Amino acid sequence: MDFERIIFYIFAAILVFAAGRVITVRNPVHAALHLVLAFFTCAGLWLLLEAEFLAIALVLVYVGAVMVLFLFVVMMLDINTSPLREGFVKYLPIGSTVAVLIFAEMFLVVGSKHFGREVVAIPARHAADYSNVRELGSVLYTDYVYPFEIAAVILLVAIIAAIALTMRKRPETKYQDPAQQVLVKPADRVRLVRMKTEQKQ
Amino acid sequence: MIALSDYLILGAVLFGLSVAGIFLNRKNVIILLMAIELMLLSVNMNFVAFSYFLDDTAGQVFVFFILTVAAAEAAIGLAILVVLFRNRQTINVQDLDTLKG
Repeated sequence: MDFERIIFYIFAAILVFAAGRVITVRNPVHAALHLVLAFFTCAGLWLLLEAEFLAIALVLVYVGAVMVLFLFVVMMLDINTSPLREGFVKYLPIGSTVAVLIFAEMFLVVGSKHFGREVVAIPARHAADYSNVRELGSVLYTDYVYPFEIAAVILLVAIIAAIALTMRKRPETKYQDPAQQVLVKPADRVRLVRMKTEQKQ
Repeated sequence: MIALSDYLILGAVLFGLSVAGIFLNRKNVIILLMAIELMLLSVNMNFVAFSYFLDDTAGQVFVFFILTVAAAEAAIGLAILVVLFRNRQTINVQDLDTLKG
């Protein structure tokens, strides 16, 4: 039982615990916070797999952006969680049965019989000057440059879609119309009135 | 040292947990979205593990694109959720029956 293995089991235990809490906890805010813990622990596991760039990206993109968005929405919506919990106990047997069956089937495929250390050799660690970011960047901007641009377009579409969905005109709010402001003439604002001069008493 | 099967089994456990989460919280859209994120995470775990053990960066590039799509999906899903709550004052899946499906 070497040090790396102990680290792996600790991280795996925290990850499974956090994932279990995400689906069972009553308060959605707690669920979101446990999901943050799960992502963070997963980033630690990816560091063990020498995927440094993806580990940091997971923390920055998921913990920093997506989960903050989740927390923002959860806290902004005034949700009564008690009706949403109905059926939790009712669907517990079938839910856990299906989950256990899926896990058992996957275990038969990915277990140590087919992917164990005797079958798939454990690769040697790279030297200290190995840069995962350089490796990833060198294929990302050459072999995968078109998928990369499509990913950028997908993000642009997501931005536009999110804004277009949530933007609304409130009827009670007053807006300025710059076109009307520019078109205004002096006659619209000031009315000159010609009248007789009056005699002083 | 850790074998490939350990990572794959961990991914399978995560996937099973998120499937159970979809069954258990089938009325709360927010938890459903979180369970989907958890599912994508377990898939990504498999990709990264295979990428390391087969010494091929293509797996990591794929994870990069999955992260991009998942971020876009979360943003649009939450935007839909906000609009839904604004119009219906509920996020209960049971109440969303205007399509009579």
